[in-house]
Amino acid sequence: MAATLAPVIPDAGFSFENCKRNADLVKKGFPAPTATKTGTTIVGIIYKDGVILGADTRATEDTTVSDKNCMKIHYLAPNMYCCGAGTAADTEKTNAMIASQLELHRLNTNRTVPIVTANQMLKQFLFRYQGHIGAALILGGVDNTGPHIYSIYPHGSTDKLPYTTMGSGSLAAMAVFESRWHKDLSEEEGKQLVRDAIAAGIFNDLGSGSNVDLCVIRKGSVDFLRTYDEANKKGVRQASYRYPKGTTAILTTKTKNIIVEDVSVRPIEAMDI
Amino acid sequence: MINPTDSFGAPPLWKNGPVPGAFYNFPGSNVDKQHISQHSQAPVTTATSVIAFAFNSGVIIAGDLLASYGSLARFRDCPRIMKVNDNIILGAGGDYGDFQYVKDFIEQKVIDEECLDDGFKLKPKSLYCWLTRIMYNRRSRFDPFWNTFVVGGLQDGVPFLGTVDKLGTAYEDKAICTGYGAHLALPLIRDALDKNPLLSEVEAVALLKKCMEVLYYRDARSFPKYQIGIITEDGIKIEGPIDVNQKWELAHMIH
Amino acid sequence: MSATVSRPYFPDYAANAPTKHHFSPYADNGGSIVAIAGDDYVVIAGDTRLSAGFQIYTREQNKLFQLTNTTVLGCAGCWCDTLTLTRLLSARMQMYEQEHNKTMSTTAAAQMLSTILYYKRFFPYYISNMLVGLDDEGKGCVYSYDPIGHCEKAKYRAGGSAGALLQPLLDNQVGLKNMQGIKSEPIPLERALAILKDVFISAAERDIYTGDGIHINIITKDGLKSDSFQLRKD
Repeated sequence: MAATLAPVIPDAGFSFENCKRNADLVKKGFPAPTATKTGTTIVGIIYKDGVILGADTRATEDTTVSDKNCMKIHYLAPNMYCCGAGTAADTEKTNAMIASQLELHRLNTNRTVPIVTANQMLKQFLFRYQGHIGAALILGGVDNTGPHIYSIYPHGSTDKLPYTTMGSGSLAAMAVFESRWHKDLSEEEGKQLVRDAIAAGIFNDLGSGSNVDLCVIRKGSVDFLRTYDEANKKGVRQASYRYPKGTTAILTTKTKNIIVEDVSVRPIEAMDI
Repeated sequence: MINPTDSFGAPPLWKNGPVPGAFYNFPGSNVDKQHISQHSQAPVTTATSVIAFAFNSGVIIAGDLLASYGSLARFRDCPRIMKVNDNIILGAGGDYGDFQYVKDFIEQKVIDEECLDDGFKLKPKSLYCWLTRIMYNRRSRFDPFWNTFVVGGLQDGVPFLGTVDKLGTAYEDKAICTGYGAHLALPLIRDALDKNPLLSEVEAVALLKKCMEVLYYRDARSFPKYQIGIITEDGIKIEGPIDVNQKWELAHMIH
Repeated sequence: MSATVSRPYFPDYAANAPTKHHFSPYADNGGSIVAIAGDDYVVIAGDTRLSAGFQIYTREQNKLFQLTNTTVLGCAGCWCDTLTLTRLLSARMQMYEQEHNKTMSTTAAAQMLSTILYYKRFFPYYISNMLVGLDDEGKGCVYSYDPIGHCEKAKYRAGGSAGALLQPLLDNQVGLKNMQGIKSEPIPLERALAILKDVFISAAERDIYTGDGIHINIITKDGLKSDSFQLRKD
């Protein structure tokens, strides 16, 4: 029993207490609410001096756009970032949790955390949940051994590649990389290539849209380029939709007077600082 | 048509027994074989993407030479770019058997047209429209031709490009790709046509070869030998087999 | 020789049990249609994106079909059904014209469409139709249909993939619903056109199946005029 002096501390990890109830509800015809999926284009490449990550900024719920400018490139550590595709909450929370563990690891070891470490932590975490945590990630960063890009799948498998793409726009973006990537890309060429890959996803895949976000990671420095390119301009309104005063119907009006019972004035002295 | 119940076929061997060449209808099994119609539920021997787009003076279209049997690379010399007549070129993806069946009909149709000897030829839009009806008719009978056709040609001197799928869904566009090509090649072609809407024939061939290379890297049902069909005022060329220009230096960088 | 002859029957290859249909004869190709009618005009617009799943088939597909000089049909939904229905309709329009020596009125076309749709009650055309035109008095009217032929006459209507998104907006801005102290005046054509474009801009923001551009048909006593307008392409 929970008492004020000895509170019950919940077990670490997820709570599964409603699973049985939810399964019963599904049987009775009340399905669980759908989660926001980021039908996405996310990419990562290695260029001459580091890595570049890229993402679009559309989040969808079925066929409706739920967020027109969301962030899909997440912070993991000062030298690494991670793009997320799949279930929005899963990618965000997985990254946030691994980020905190990496920070503790950095403080414990007092050195830059290698990218492989983050990859290993992410894949072990995701494997435990057998794909039920729907996070498809592209991990990128630079450590003492150089630049690295990993793609991590929801079931926990990983891939180490010089360029990779994920999400519903992954094929469009990969086509751009397969036709134009080479290992000696300069930073400007790399940024243009990543922009074009994301733009291919934005324009050809209905699950991806809005703007291009980039993140350039070099040894010792990071450029997080939020809205690197506004790929789509919103249309300009033709008419005015301002409502004249009094358009909103007032259904009832009730006035309550505030009765002042007592007045006391207390002067406040200026404080000495 | 052989039908055991009609008066032309052989009678059953005994009452309620099988007709010669048919199975015995066991008592108790409620399946009446005579009333089952076989529908093509799924494609069998399949061809992958077709890539096509219009350039300044005509239309270019390509497809590889593989016909897969599931994940087996079964038949490796199956051309599916077809010259219909002097101003129509046709590409097909999906079930190869269905394609051959339709191809025979189209060839017969062209011969019938030729026999009229009235100086008129089938135009691309006519074939495209006719295919729409054929495909829609079969889908409505739940027995579709499991194909996607791409019709290219010159309609009164103007480049024409249209497609019809197994439902009868049809549309015209400057660039049309089917199968994995729609995901992998179309973004590259749309981008190139946005930057330069009037590609020359040389530029068009270069772009198409790049697309076939990308498709070979990423489509597991593709093949490094393909055909290109080009239609211009000068007529139709079907070139091939052309080899994909493969680059695998990358493989040495992955550890 | 016909390409649709039934298959030969080979008893040895006959299936032993009825097989399941995995094939779906329908596709959702998206698209939205909006129509607004006034006292002496009617406008209808459809977006130009044809899509399936997460894929854009084409960015330039006209979804408005002119039936007569004063009647236009807008279609969104299953594109192969749309192609078939509109071809059937244009044939029927021509037959009517030749049999009766006059073009069909908007009201007659509206009734005929309902009949044609209900004829396919148990294998419907999966289309959200919107028929607009001028009636015998020259007034604009909008008829909207469900896929199996239920017909409703209205003054304004949104249909297709963004229909549910746009209808409340039209109720408020065109129908002037839920507003107090507003004089219910007929909406001039310019205002209707501006609203039409603006609602499509909004639909393109939030509905993934609406975008690329719109085609607009404006029908007045002077005839039919066309216009187009670009939308975002993502």
